[in-house]
Amino acid sequence: MSDTPILELRGVSKRFGAVVALHEVDFHVDAGEVMALVGDNGAGKSVLVKSIAGIHHIDAGEILFEGEVVHIHGPKDASRLGIEVVYQDLALADNLDVVQNMFLGREELDTLHRLDEIDMESRALETLGDLSVTTIRSVRQKVAGLSGGQRQSVAVAKAVMWNSKVVILDEPTAALGVAQTRQVLELVKRLGEQGLAVILISHNLHDIFEVADSITVLRLGQNVAEFKRTETNQQEVVQAITAGKLSHVPGQAETHEVTA
Amino acid sequence: MSAAAGAAKAPSASLRDVTNRWWTDVKSGELGSLPIIVGLIIIAIVFQTQNDRFLTAGNFVNLIVQSAAYTTIAMGIVFVLLLGEIDLSVGYVSGVAGVIATVLLIPDGNEVPTVVAILAALGAGAAIGAFHGILFAKVGIPSFVVTLAGLIAWNGVVLLLIGSRGTVILQDDFIIDLANGFLSEGTAWLLMLVCVALYAGTQLNEIRVRRKAGLEQEPYLLPALRVAALAIALGIVVYVANQDRGIPYVGVLVAALLVFWSFILGRTRFGRYVYAVGGNAEAARRAGINVDRIRIYVFAICSLMAAVGGIILASRLRSVDTNAGGGSILLYSIAAAVIGGTSLFGGRGHIKSALLGALVIASIDNGLGLLGLGSGEKFVITGGVLLLAVTVDSVSRRRQTQAGRL
Repeated sequence: MSDTPILELRGVSKRFGAVVALHEVDFHVDAGEVMALVGDNGAGKSVLVKSIAGIHHIDAGEILFEGEVVHIHGPKDASRLGIEVVYQDLALADNLDVVQNMFLGREELDTLHRLDEIDMESRALETLGDLSVTTIRSVRQKVAGLSGGQRQSVAVAKAVMWNSKVVILDEPTAALGVAQTRQVLELVKRLGEQGLAVILISHNLHDIFEVADSITVLRLGQNVAEFKRTETNQQEVVQAITAGKLSHVPGQAETHEVTA
Repeated sequence: MSAAAGAAKAPSASLRDVTNRWWTDVKSGELGSLPIIVGLIIIAIVFQTQNDRFLTAGNFVNLIVQSAAYTTIAMGIVFVLLLGEIDLSVGYVSGVAGVIATVLLIPDGNEVPTVVAILAALGAGAAIGAFHGILFAKVGIPSFVVTLAGLIAWNGVVLLLIGSRGTVILQDDFIIDLANGFLSEGTAWLLMLVCVALYAGTQLNEIRVRRKAGLEQEPYLLPALRVAALAIALGIVVYVANQDRGIPYVGVLVAALLVFWSFILGRTRFGRYVYAVGGNAEAARRAGINVDRIRIYVFAICSLMAAVGGIILASRLRSVDTNAGGGSILLYSIAAAVIGGTSLFGGRGHIKSALLGALVIASIDNGLGLLGLGSGEKFVITGGVLLLAVTVDSVSRRRQTQAGRL
């Protein structure tokens, strides 16, 4: 079990017309591991994540979930496997309260087909409690009144509530101040401690070195390096991001790089 | 979760907490029904000091009947506004429904049973709304344009249906009784007691279930106050109306629709999705909600309620003519929903705002009529009130945005 990553990508390629967005990318994350995904703009981080989430269909390669090849054709397939994505814009409805947002689209109904607010409120409190989110005063508060860090916490709690196994966080601290960033990083650490596989996309190496166990570097759609946090330093990672060795130089004819 | 752990985890909020929370909401722009209730009181005082017939039992009953159609149509508008959209066609859609029902009931040998006429009118309304909704949601035409086209086209349909007749007299006792028949005193009191008892029951049940689940309790005083407020308000309505002709049937219909749609919006998935689509359509889509379907249903509901309003109007006037659904119906209905506190920007509002707003509009219309003022003054003042309501909405929304970006 410990040898099988919960999620593994083997030789995944994706192209949009003439543009190669991903080229034979290998990627894996274990349960309980916080895997940072870094790279410059246009490195293919978003495309990789969207392929996992079922928004893009991969052109080549395979995705393995718990050691088995899976085909993810849409966000619903990803959810069914236990893969949840928290996008940068969080996708919360400001006019709904915390509980309503956490259950949006998956509301519990009672025997008379009415919304079961009591059950939903209890479960929301339980999930927030498990994640030690203590900053939210009332779960019946409208999301409009929450701070950036609190919103991020709600979005994460919403993602992990459904027995998720893999949680993907897209730039969770990008828009936050110092104290809020701290809250969210603590939350990310706790997700890992609870046995979830966390994929963290970030530009902030400082944040990454604080919470990540491993770091995968993408450059121009290729996987150029993978580090253990304890065995590397920021300089080495920056080096990989900006000048990592490419197996295939974009723009050259296809035939040059067909090796597999 | 054991009861003991639940009790320890969830202390009841004190009255002070609740008051503080409410005040924080008000300051951050969640005004609720506060401005409108203050407004109604001011209107009552102003008109009563100008003309002491305003607050009489007879005029009160008139007010219920006059506001009924606006309330019903405004309920549909509330749904559309919750999506952040608009429906400009409700006036003439109500006209089409009123004319269909009336024409089908002309006793010329081809008349149909009352229930068939009513269902045909309502069905036409729902179909028209679904058509608007499909054009908006699937084809992607802005709702303003779709329903502007509807405003013109359905006006034409009213003229075509009336044909050369000019005015068609409504000849069906059941529909006429809707706005012109009244509950007996005893029935009105009985109905009121049942309503209060049911409301008290739901409140008690809520307390019981929340305590069982170990969730935060509100102070017992609040549900008690709410039940008392309902009992007093309904008691006054029934008592005053009974001094005159009594509670009109249409008043009961409006109350029933109010409860029904409030339930749909507040306690069902569909209602939750309406708010979600209005608040953040992209979030709703990502949550797996079929946004297009919600939009089509909402436009269908809006036109359906317009059709109900059209039947009520036909009942009140006992006839339909080439002007059915025209005049101030559209503008008053939209104004009612907005004055009642439903945001034009989507996602915020309640069905009850239709009733409160329609009461304000009908009061102004009725009060100015008693003062002998004409349409000119009525429209200017109603326009001013609408502007005031939208200003309150915009300002409170700005405060919300500020509060939300702390």
